[in-house]
Amino acid sequence: MADKQEIDDVTGTDTTGHEWDGIKELNNPLPRWWLWTFYGTVVWGLAYTIAYPAWPLINSATTGLLGYSTRAEVAERIAEVDAQNAELTERLASADLATLAPDDPAHRFGVAGGASVFLAHCSQCHGSGAAGVQAAGYPNLLDDAWLWGGTLEDIEYTVRHGIRNETDPDARWSEMPAFGDIMSDEEIGQTVEYVLSLSGQDHDAAMAEQGMVWFQEQCSACHGDNGEGIRELGAPTLNDAIWLYGGDRETLIETVTYSRFGVMPAWGQRLDEEEIKAVTLYLHQLGGGE
Amino acid sequence: MTQSPASPPSLYVAREPIFPRRVKGKFRTLKWWIMGVTLAIYYLTPWIRWDRGPNLPDQAVLVDLAGRRFYFFWIEIWPHEFYFVAGLLIMAGLGLFLFTSALGRVWCGYTCPQTVWTDLFILVERWIEGDRNARVRLWNADWSLRKVRLRVTKWIVWFLIAMATGGAWVFYFADAPTLAADLMTFSAPLVAYSTILILAATTFVFGGFMREQVCNYMCPWPRIQAAMMDNDTLTVAYRHWRGEPRGKHIKAEGADQLGDCIDCMACVNVCPAGIDIRDGQQMECITCALCIDACDEVMERIGKPRGLIDYLALSDEEAETQGAQPRPIWQHVLRPRTILYTAMWSLIGVALVYALFIRSDIDLTVEPVRNPQFVTLSDGAVRNTYTLRIRNLTAEDRDFRVMLTSEEILRIDVESDGAVANHVTVPANETLQARVYVIARPQDAAADAETTDLRLWVEDVETDDRAGVATIFNGKG
Repeated sequence: MADKQEIDDVTGTDTTGHEWDGIKELNNPLPRWWLWTFYGTVVWGLAYTIAYPAWPLINSATTGLLGYSTRAEVAERIAEVDAQNAELTERLASADLATLAPDDPAHRFGVAGGASVFLAHCSQCHGSGAAGVQAAGYPNLLDDAWLWGGTLEDIEYTVRHGIRNETDPDARWSEMPAFGDIMSDEEIGQTVEYVLSLSGQDHDAAMAEQGMVWFQEQCSACHGDNGEGIRELGAPTLNDAIWLYGGDRETLIETVTYSRFGVMPAWGQRLDEEEIKAVTLYLHQLGGGE
Repeated sequence: MTQSPASPPSLYVAREPIFPRRVKGKFRTLKWWIMGVTLAIYYLTPWIRWDRGPNLPDQAVLVDLAGRRFYFFWIEIWPHEFYFVAGLLIMAGLGLFLFTSALGRVWCGYTCPQTVWTDLFILVERWIEGDRNARVRLWNADWSLRKVRLRVTKWIVWFLIAMATGGAWVFYFADAPTLAADLMTFSAPLVAYSTILILAATTFVFGGFMREQVCNYMCPWPRIQAAMMDNDTLTVAYRHWRGEPRGKHIKAEGADQLGDCIDCMACVNVCPAGIDIRDGQQMECITCALCIDACDEVMERIGKPRGLIDYLALSDEEAETQGAQPRPIWQHVLRPRTILYTAMWSLIGVALVYALFIRSDIDLTVEPVRNPQFVTLSDGAVRNTYTLRIRNLTAEDRDFRVMLTSEEILRIDVESDGAVANHVTVPANETLQARVYVIARPQDAAADAETTDLRLWVEDVETDDRAGVATIFNGKG
């Protein structure tokens, strides 16, 4: 340590005594304006925590003297946007979807808004791309097969009232019996061979012949004589390439033995009128709408 | 070292006021012409009209920030073609390398906006306050009515020029006649006024007061240039071997021993950078060549050969001091280094022009929908969905057929406003987003293959111009 101050020739200031390879550090204290700015920021910081929400408490934080809240600000902005869209929203809510022209601003508004509604409320089961989940029996909404109909009117009804739920008396309803209680395993096996033949899959022809008898007896009332399905009953078409739960032998045996009972909530109780119409428009234009 | 000076020396150097004298000569004349041409280009370009049809602006040079377009006469640049601008910037950089290695700070001395506007401001100063001697007197004089009147007049003229400078700038970003009318009626956007005021302020301060300090302290270019100059670079230099020892000829003792320099200070008095070129190459020198004109005029008058101050290279100094002849100018300019710069500059230029001519006025990009990768239809067919973005780079609405080519059998459906169509209309100067379905029947190979290559095409219904983009089809495999 230098015991006396060392003055630099050129600048006339003393050095800190620190030296690296002959280069000495000048002792230049912080300028006064900088120091006062620093003190100012400290004061400002304290005042800020009093004026605005800041200090964390156990359940919440101090609310601040000004009562400012970011959530209130967001709510305000949302209200602002809602006000801007009020006219379109109103128009969409009261529109008859079947006659709403595709180039109508309300139609475009609905498709765009419906995408958000879908992601928020529907994608949990049907997937973010609306492709469904076959293993869980959530239908694919992109293809051209519809259990309960794919027109705008049908889709709107399904969204509004749901399927097989206890909350809406108008929910779409049908129920397949668990044939494990009615038929023997052998009979079920024969029936499944016949169902496989309907969609042109590999099957045991001899068993299928016997299975056709069981099918006509037990299944055709709902699924149709040739497995073409009946929409009023939500009975799936069995002679096409699309399967709700899967079309292989094991899955079909499981379906026939234990039955299926897919449930969809009635969104009419949870969504606004314009949200239901918006998501209907969105679903209808995904590639499968009728 | 414990001495303590009474007052530490200040590290700040106050500006020495500079009062450049008027000068005549070939370089001064050249500079007047360059000033006239560059200022005319700057002020008049936004007013040139160029007919592009009813859908596009008719301003020849326009940076349309809101519409994201850059119009330059017959060329229209879209944001995705920004590489043209990058190429031009690289060319500008290489051009500066070229000129600096050949002619030193020729950009600084002749065409840099700081030099041009400072020159203009000094011209105004001279008109109002008189030439160098009058201005020095006025500077030293106490404040009087006359001094206030001259100063205020000068500042007002400077300010008007500054406003016109900022004003011309904003015309590059909007339709000039419309904006001019809006500006006059105070209905132009706020950003137009603030831009004008900011640029007017910088022009006023840079051109009127800071002048050479901008070059010395603010501009990085003078420092970078040192790395690009070599012994063969032509710069403004003083032939000290001819001029020294300097002195007043007539009355001096042993006047016949003196060099050609009569120490008249003409070169110093005309210098806008306030330096003495006889001290050799200096960082402050912008090679404006006004000292050459000033000295030549004096040499003419006293009957000595011109060129005591001249464009010279360091290698010439060596040669001439040893009595040899300087190398001719063309040998300084034509060197491997400058030829290389020229070649690189031209190469990029040719590449840009080539790119400009081969670019299509249709642009197509495809984004396959990957959630899900494919959809099975009830008849067993496999369907893929694609989002097509079709850019119509022309000024007319165009109808496009949408088609595909592939080695395998595939069908294409185009969706337009909810209905299936086989063609789409893309409005002029816009990008259209269209959803396209490609379908493989169950019996076709593409349905079971993992992927199938295909190419989507759009073809103008009238002209058959087309653009294609490659993508893949995902099957069940």
